[in-house]
Amino acid sequence: MSDKQRLVRVRELKKYFPITQGIIFQREIGACKAVDDVSFDIYKGETLGLVGESGCGKTTIGRTILQLYRPTSGEVYFDDLDLVSASGSKLRELRKRMQMIFQDPYASLNSRWTISRIIGEPLRVHKLFSGAEQTDRVEELLDLVSIDAHCVNRYPHEFSGGQRQRIGIARALASEPEFIICDEPISALDVSIQAQVVNLLEDLQEQFGLTYLFIAHDLSMVRHICNRVAVMYLGVIAELAYRDELYTNPLHPYTQALLSAVPIPDPVVTRARQRVILEGDPPSPINPPSGCRFHTRCPIAKDYCSEDVPEWREVKKGHWVACHEVKF
Amino acid sequence: MDPLLQVRDLEVQFQTLEGTVHAVNGISYDLDPGQTLGIVGESGCGKSVSVLSLLQLIPEPPGKIAGGEVIYRNEDLLKMEKMDIQNIRGTDISMVFQDPMTSLNPVLTIGRQLNEAQVVHLDITREEARTRSVELLNKVGIPQPAERLTDYPHQFSGGMRQRVMIAMALSCIPSILIADEPTTALDVTIQAQIIELTKNLRDEMDMAVIWITHDLAVIAELADRIIVMYAGFIVEEADVFQLFSNPLHPYALSLLKSIPRVDKHIDDRLATISGFPPNNLNLPPGCSFAPRCDYAVDRCWIEVPLLEGVGPEHRIACWVDVTTGRER
Repeated sequence: MSDKQRLVRVRELKKYFPITQGIIFQREIGACKAVDDVSFDIYKGETLGLVGESGCGKTTIGRTILQLYRPTSGEVYFDDLDLVSASGSKLRELRKRMQMIFQDPYASLNSRWTISRIIGEPLRVHKLFSGAEQTDRVEELLDLVSIDAHCVNRYPHEFSGGQRQRIGIARALASEPEFIICDEPISALDVSIQAQVVNLLEDLQEQFGLTYLFIAHDLSMVRHICNRVAVMYLGVIAELAYRDELYTNPLHPYTQALLSAVPIPDPVVTRARQRVILEGDPPSPINPPSGCRFHTRCPIAKDYCSEDVPEWREVKKGHWVACHEVKF
Repeated sequence: MDPLLQVRDLEVQFQTLEGTVHAVNGISYDLDPGQTLGIVGESGCGKSVSVLSLLQLIPEPPGKIAGGEVIYRNEDLLKMEKMDIQNIRGTDISMVFQDPMTSLNPVLTIGRQLNEAQVVHLDITREEARTRSVELLNKVGIPQPAERLTDYPHQFSGGMRQRVMIAMALSCIPSILIADEPTTALDVTIQAQIIELTKNLRDEMDMAVIWITHDLAVIAELADRIIVMYAGFIVEEADVFQLFSNPLHPYALSLLKSIPRVDKHIDDRLATISGFPPNNLNLPPGCSFAPRCDYAVDRCWIEVPLLEGVGPEHRIACWVDVTTGRER
């Protein structure tokens, strides 16, 4: 990457969801620590992959960056502007520049609205175009995602899953954002359609110089599309590195186990592999394990792993890891 | 060795308000004892319907088994009386479904649900069934099996529920286990556990397995033979090593090219299959894949290709030889 300008800066971000009891007088009896102290940067023009198992807090990070959830504590800067303390109107203004593509193309489009109204909504909200100009802009956006412009008056149910996801992408592009959070944009799609959508995302990135935060659990696809990859486990980032470094030289035992669990579409290779099979399930984020959160399933855990929280440190240039057992 | 199960020209249709949906269009295959057969295809290609109909599990109406036979131990499963097929289900052929939460009854304990099939099929008492249930849960790797029998499904995690489903499916020592996307709803580390478990139990109990999935990589991990389905037809059938090293149907070929791999980074764009899967209400007159096929010749638009042998244990349904690009 030639351009190393920071676009998004996340520092010590925490998001706890309160757990309450009682109907009228709600008492807080605990918290679900969905995101617990994460720090990372997103550079201009890159695709940062955020991977992890379900419930590890990937989506929460995405939503907290956009301030769709207000963080419990921590800082989020977008282009050096503080989002956490930004007021409502200021945020609305900024949201033009950051958009989101959602996982489920069936749930994320209003089924009673026509395509032109769905894609036109960000244009209306941000008062970007109106009247005939808006119609032109919607057609232009549909053209960008290869959907026939004659379809503007149709409803979402008339489209297939892949087409709906394209419509969701067109909507995200409407306000000409710089930064898009792609929250599992392909996991609801058929295999033969996934490649189409991924290629479209890559083309758009090149055309408009977009920066992506690509949230996914498909590690093979992440290896294809991302420049850097962050691996999450139970609310914390375990490891973050450049793509090839992470996939060829994973340092955190969780990353190693995760990578070895992904099947490879080649029977000769996949059957010859040494695999690390993790025991049990990820613990609950409500009462996460003390110390290193992975110690309950870690194949190399030592006594102190259950007591001391491992430091988040850069062990090689651009390679960050949180593990006591990584010696450098 | 005689095949354990012979499926011949199986045809399944659904009557809907819009017309007849041709879900499965005359498929034939054999399953040998102890063999693992993988069936892959995208959603709507008829892979689930084809195996559900083996056990007469298609709701009739609207579904209808329009033709064909399924020979198991010299009897046609499709023509069996209700009571007789009931005795086959669970004891000889059993199933594990995709979503372990909806396949377990939420208001009955795991123990009661596990015992039920055994009491019905094996003619044993509740106490005997209980002892066997503890053994079964132990076998599928559930800690403290005796205590967990009194738990309800919601007290188990997704992976644990799927283990319970497998225990239930194995409770009457079937000769065929049908697994319908058993790991699709699970995380990769849990998927690796379930695949490992199935492999071990298969070898230990000498069962045949039919494993349905949309993920080619999972098939590469555990199947002996593989069937690729498209729009209710088998388009390619081969030994698993053969199919991955030498796919001969254009659909299988492009599908393999369009999936990224976790162990390699491909700098190029992903190969795509243009368009989207056909609607089984109105299938094209010729080959259903022709509209999306790069190799299609005139004949493909007129005549449906038959599944024919192109090598030992390798059959494809295509008029074109992909190695030369010319008609065969």
